[in-house]
Amino acid sequence: MDYFLELFFGGLTRGSIYALIAVGYTMVYGIIELINFAHGEIYMIGAFTALVVAGVLTALGLPALAILAVALAAAIVWSAAYGFTVEKIAYKPLRTAPRLSPLISAIGMSIFLQNYVMLAQTSDFLPFPKLLPEIGFLKPYRAVIGTSEIFIILATALSCAGLTLFIKFTRMGKAMRATAQNRKMALLVGVNVDRVISLTFIIGSSLAAVGGVLIASHIGQINFMIGFLAGIKAFTAAVLGGIGSIPGAMLGGLVLGWTESFATGYVSSDYEDVFAFLLLVLILIFRPSGILGKAPTQKV
Amino acid sequence: MDNLKKAILTSLWFMFLTFPLMVVRVNTIEKIVQWRFMNMVYVGVGAFVLSYVWRYLLAKRQIGESRDETGGGRRSFGARLLSEPRLYVPGLAALGLAALAFPLAGSMYQVNIMITALIYVVLALGLNIVVGLSGLLVLGYAAFYAVGAYTYALLNHHFGLGFWTVLPIGAGMGALFGILLGTPVLRLRGDYLAIVTLGFGEIIRLVLENWSDFSMGPSGISGIDRPSLFGMQLSVNGSTIYMYYIMIGLMLLTIFFTNRLKNSRIGRAWIALREDEIACQAMGIDKTRTKLTAFALGAAWAGLMGVVFAGKTVFVNPASFTFLESAMILAMVVLGGMGSIVGVVLGALVLILLPEFLRDFALYRMLIFGAAMVLVMVLRPQGLISGERKVYRFQAGEGSHE
Amino acid sequence: MNKVLSVTNLTMDFGGLRALNEVDLDVRQGEIVALIGPNGAGKTTFFNCITGMYDPTEGEVLVLTPGGANVRLNGMKPNKVTEIGLARTFQNIRLFSSMTVLENVMIGRHCRSRAGVLGAALRDPRTRREEQEIVDRSYALLRELGLENSVNEFARNLPYGAQRRLEIARALATEPFLLLLDEPAAGMNPQETMQLKDLVLGIRERYQLSILLIEHDMKMVMSLSDRIFVMEYGQMISEGSPAEVSRDPQVIRAYLGEDHHA
Repeated sequence: MDYFLELFFGGLTRGSIYALIAVGYTMVYGIIELINFAHGEIYMIGAFTALVVAGVLTALGLPALAILAVALAAAIVWSAAYGFTVEKIAYKPLRTAPRLSPLISAIGMSIFLQNYVMLAQTSDFLPFPKLLPEIGFLKPYRAVIGTSEIFIILATALSCAGLTLFIKFTRMGKAMRATAQNRKMALLVGVNVDRVISLTFIIGSSLAAVGGVLIASHIGQINFMIGFLAGIKAFTAAVLGGIGSIPGAMLGGLVLGWTESFATGYVSSDYEDVFAFLLLVLILIFRPSGILGKAPTQKV
Repeated sequence: MDNLKKAILTSLWFMFLTFPLMVVRVNTIEKIVQWRFMNMVYVGVGAFVLSYVWRYLLAKRQIGESRDETGGGRRSFGARLLSEPRLYVPGLAALGLAALAFPLAGSMYQVNIMITALIYVVLALGLNIVVGLSGLLVLGYAAFYAVGAYTYALLNHHFGLGFWTVLPIGAGMGALFGILLGTPVLRLRGDYLAIVTLGFGEIIRLVLENWSDFSMGPSGISGIDRPSLFGMQLSVNGSTIYMYYIMIGLMLLTIFFTNRLKNSRIGRAWIALREDEIACQAMGIDKTRTKLTAFALGAAWAGLMGVVFAGKTVFVNPASFTFLESAMILAMVVLGGMGSIVGVVLGALVLILLPEFLRDFALYRMLIFGAAMVLVMVLRPQGLISGERKVYRFQAGEGSHE
Repeated sequence: MNKVLSVTNLTMDFGGLRALNEVDLDVRQGEIVALIGPNGAGKTTFFNCITGMYDPTEGEVLVLTPGGANVRLNGMKPNKVTEIGLARTFQNIRLFSSMTVLENVMIGRHCRSRAGVLGAALRDPRTRREEQEIVDRSYALLRELGLENSVNEFARNLPYGAQRRLEIARALATEPFLLLLDEPAAGMNPQETMQLKDLVLGIRERYQLSILLIEHDMKMVMSLSDRIFVMEYGQMISEGSPAEVSRDPQVIRAYLGEDHHA
C-alpha cells in the first residue's frame, strides 16, 4: 500500500509540473494554433534564473524562505520576458505565413535558447539549492510523500485556480476567450489581439517558470537540456487533455504523471520516457482531440 | 529619431533580458559569484545595431511581398545563373574536377570531413522529398537513419554480411519503416504529424538504448566492416578515400534521381499536395498513397545513408540519432530552400563545412543553426534558393519543345 | 433523356445541425443545370456531398457513366469521384499557387496517367510518351481558355478572372462527363460574366459534357441554364425551366422576403 501511495504521490507531483507547463502550450495553441516548441526552454530558463538569483542571495547570506520568494519572483519575471520576446521575434512576423513556418521557427528558437544558456552558463549539471523548507510534522511520512512534493502540488493547485478565475472573470480573460474562438472577429469588435497574444505568452511562461523552480528544487540539479524532454511531455499532457483547453491541460498533466509513475513502478523503469512518447503517439493517432477537446472541422 | 529611440529601448530590453544568464555565474557549491559585466556591454551594443538591421530586413521583406502580389516577381540572381547553361556548365565542370582530385590533395582528416558533409547532403536531399516537395514536416528523420545504420551493424555483426549487400537492404528497411510509421499518421494535420514523427523518432532511439539484447544498448556496436573493393579489404586510409568516392557517386545518383522526380507526374502531385490538399484530392490525386510514396522514399534515403554511416565510422550507438540530428538535417533543408535541389545541397555544405573552416565557430554551431532557422522563416521563407519550376516552351502551333 | 446525375433524399447533418434536408436533384445528359438560393442555403454543402468531400448522412448520389455503368458515389473518396468523371471548381479559388499555370492543368491529368517513381527515374519511352501527352493536352486546354500566354507564370500571379478560367481548365483536364462549377462568375464584372457564359456554352459543345453550376448572377443563370433548382434553408423549394422558376411565388419570397409581393 505504501508503495502504491508513493507512486501515487510521485505521479501527482510529476503530473503537477507537467500541468503547469502544459497550460502554456495549450493557451498558445488555443489562440494562435502554434505548437510553441520553445516553451520547454522557457521553463529551463526559469530554473536557471532561479539558480543564479538563489546563488547570489545565498552568498549574501539571506534566510532560505526569502531566497525562495525572490528567486521564484525573478524566475517568473525573466521567463515571462523571454516568452514575450520570443513571440515578438519568432512568431509575430509569421502570423499570416503557412502553418508550418512558425513551427519551424519555434524549433529553431528552441535550439537557439538551449545553446544560448549552455554558452552563457555551462553545459554541466548544476546542483540546485534546496529552497523548499522541511516541515517537521511531515517527517514520519517521508517514505510516501516529501515536503517539496506537497509544495509542488499545492502551488500547482493554486496557480491553476488563479488562472481559471482570471480567464473566467476578468476583462482580459474574456478578451482571451474571444480571441481563441475567432481572432478576426475579436479584432473587429475592438479586442487588442496583439496584447492578448503577448499576455498569453507571459502567463504561460510564468507558470512554466513556477514549474521549473519547483521541480529543480525537488530534484536538486539542472542543465540546459532539461527543457526538451519536459517540453515534449508537457505537450503530450496538453494533447492528452485536448489542446486548447486549460482544464484539459491540467487533467492531461495528472494523467500523464500517474501513467509514468505507475508504469515505471510496476512495469519497467528502463522505458520511463518511452511510455510518455508512446502515449503521445497513440493519442495523436487515435484521438487527436484529446479527452476534453472538440474535434476540429475542416472547411472546404 | 523614432528609430533611434526604438534601438535604444531594444538595447536596454535585451540588456535586462540577458542579465541573469549572461552576466552572473554562480558556483552553488563553493558559493562564489562571478560577475561578467563586459557581456552586458556586448549585448547592449549588439542589440542596438541588430535593431536597425532587423527593422530594415523586415521592411524589405514586406516590399518583396507586395511586389510579388502585383505579378512583377523578378527571378533571383541564383535562379538566373542556374537557368543559363553557359554560366553554370564551366563552373560545374571545375567543381567536378576539384571534387574528384580532392582526396589526393587533402589530408585524411579533411577527406573524412568531406565524407560527413556528403552524407548530410544526401540526407538533406532525402528529407527534401518529404519536407520540401511534399510539405510533410518530419521531425524524426534520424530514426530512419538509425534503422539503416543498425541494419548494417547487426547484419554485419551477426551474419558477416558486407557493405554492398546491406546497402540496398538498408534502403529497403528504411522504406519499410517509413511505410509502417507513415500509414497510421499521414491523415494527421501538418503540425500534429510533425510531433508524432518526433515521438516515433525518440521511441526508436530509446528502444535501441534500452533493449540491450537486441542492440547492445548505449555502448553500441563496434568493429563493423568497412566497404570492400571487389572483395579486397583496404587499409584505413585506402578505405576512407574509397568511401569518399562512393559518397560522390551516391550523391550524384541522389541528385539525378530527385531532380527527375521533381518534374515528374509523382513530383508534381507532391507539390500540389503541399499547396492545397483539398484541391489536390478534388483533382483526382490519391492523398494517402502520394504521401506514403514520399514518406517511404525519404526514409529509404535515410536508411541508405545509415548503412554508409555505419560503414564509415565502423561503430554505431543510439547517441548519434537524437532529435538534434533530425533538427540539423531539417535546418539544412529549410536554409537551402525547401524544394530546391541546388539550395539544399548548398545548405547542407554550408552548415557542415563552415564550422569546420572556422574552428572557433564550432562552439556556436547549434546556436547559429537555431538562429538561422528562425531568421530564414521570418525573413526569407523560400531559403537561399527558391524552388524553381520547370519552364515549358511551345511553338505557335501545337506540340512542345523542352 | 438519360440522367447522368440523380440525387435523391440527400441529407447532411453536422452534429445537431441539418445542412441539407432530403434534397432531390438530377442532371440529364448534355444539360446545363443551375443550383441557386440565398447565402447559407446549403449549395456548397450539396457540392461537397456529391464530390466526396463529405459523406452524406442519408440519401443516394447516383451517376451514369458514359460507359453505361450506374455508380453510387456515397462515401467515396474525392479522388475516386474525380476518376469516375466528376470535376469541380471552388467558390474560393483553390489553385496550386506556387506551381505554374501549365503545371496546374497537368495536375488534372494525374488520374488519367500512370507513371510511377520508377518511370520518373528511368524516363523510359512509355513514360516520356505519357509525359508528352500530358503537356500537349494541358497546353491545348489552356489555348482553349485563352491562357496560352501565361503558361509558365505562377498561378498566384494571374489576374482574378484568369484564375477562375484556370480552375475550369484544370477541372477539364480530368476528362469529366459532369462539370461542377461553384460560383464561376463571383467577383467578375458584367463583361467578364458574358464572356464566361459563352465559354461555358462552348465547353458543353466541345466536350459533350453536362454542367451543374452554383451561381448568384441571375442574368447569367437565366440565360444559360436549361433547368434551375432553388434551395433555401437546406431544402429544395423549386425546380423547373428559368421561366417557371422566376414565376414561382416561393422563389420570389425566398429572394425578396416575406412581405414583398412582386
